Amino acid sequence: MSKFRKDNSKSTPGISTASLPDIVFMLLFFFMVTTVMRETTIMVKQSMPDATEIKKLEKKSLVSYIYIGAPVERMQGTYGTKARIQLNDAFATVDDIAQFITTERAARDEKEVPFMTTSIKADKDTRMGIVTDVKQELRKANALKLNYSTRKSVVQE
Amino acid sequence: MARRAKGASEINAGSMADIAFLLLIFFLVTTTMDVDTGLARKLPPMPDEDIQQDDSQILAKNIYVVLVNSSDQLLVEGELMDISQLRAGARAFINNNGRDPELSENPQKAIISLQNDRGTSYNMYIQVQNELAAAYHELRDIRSLNKYGMKFNDLAKDKQKEIRKEYPQKISEAEPKNIGGE
Repeated sequence: MSKFRKDNSKSTPGISTASLPDIVFMLLFFFMVTTVMRETTIMVKQSMPDATEIKKLEKKSLVSYIYIGAPVERMQGTYGTKARIQLNDAFATVDDIAQFITTERAARDEKEVPFMTTSIKADKDTRMGIVTDVKQELRKANALKLNYSTRKSVVQE
Repeated sequence: MARRAKGASEINAGSMADIAFLLLIFFLVTTTMDVDTGLARKLPPMPDEDIQQDDSQILAKNIYVVLVNSSDQLLVEGELMDISQLRAGARAFINNNGRDPELSENPQKAIISLQNDRGTSYNMYIQVQNELAAAYHELRDIRSLNKYGMKFNDLAKDKQKEIRKEYPQKISEAEPKNIGGE
């Protein structure tokens, strides 16, 4: 019996932290791989409408984004509260869209151009007028694949 | 000197965890996990100005007219409707197969015509689009369950194509009006 009791007299040894870096590294690599850095600063309000029939946007490198909405609060002094279009990092008008699509196309491989999608990220309070203008411009530019960015609605009937 | 003979002393790796933590926190903060999702649509190409499209062959009963005004009210086939009824209404129209003389002859001929005002809110527009897409989705699901015993999304590509042929999603969007103002 005394053979077993011997250990109890000593205090419990501390937990080895030698494997801690390994665990942390594992997490680190996970986040490094999954992370996508935001390339543009969004200057318009973005609260997406909800929908149930949604599809995932695949091949992100082939997606060009058009942001539509009222300018965010700190920009409202300069740009007003009317809904605006944002392309890349700057506010734009409807006439700039054709140029934007051309630039986006030029940046991609020629073979990939037919698979390019335009994602419209419009605020849900936006009026349809501006969205329709954008759609017309996209039609003129022959960028026909479109995606209305929405969130998945939580409540399903 | 005695130590040297044994070989270089090991570098203390105790702070490695701290450095890794620092990097980890940086990536945790900058990471955005949101997957981009949305309603996929295809725009019709610009019509040729020389060629006049002949729409006269489409019977009025094969068109399901959905109008949305600037105060987000829905007018379907001349009657006021709530958004919650649109899905069922569209389903009945598409899958009529000639039963009701007022509705479509068959799903291949059924066309949904959607027109909104420039003052319609984007949210309402998406809701309408979503309900119409859901109506088609449900019909395709029912058809594929009957035919193959599987849901539409689980079918193989060629079978999906077949079902899609039976229930083509024909949503035509007219140029919006500007009555209510923006």
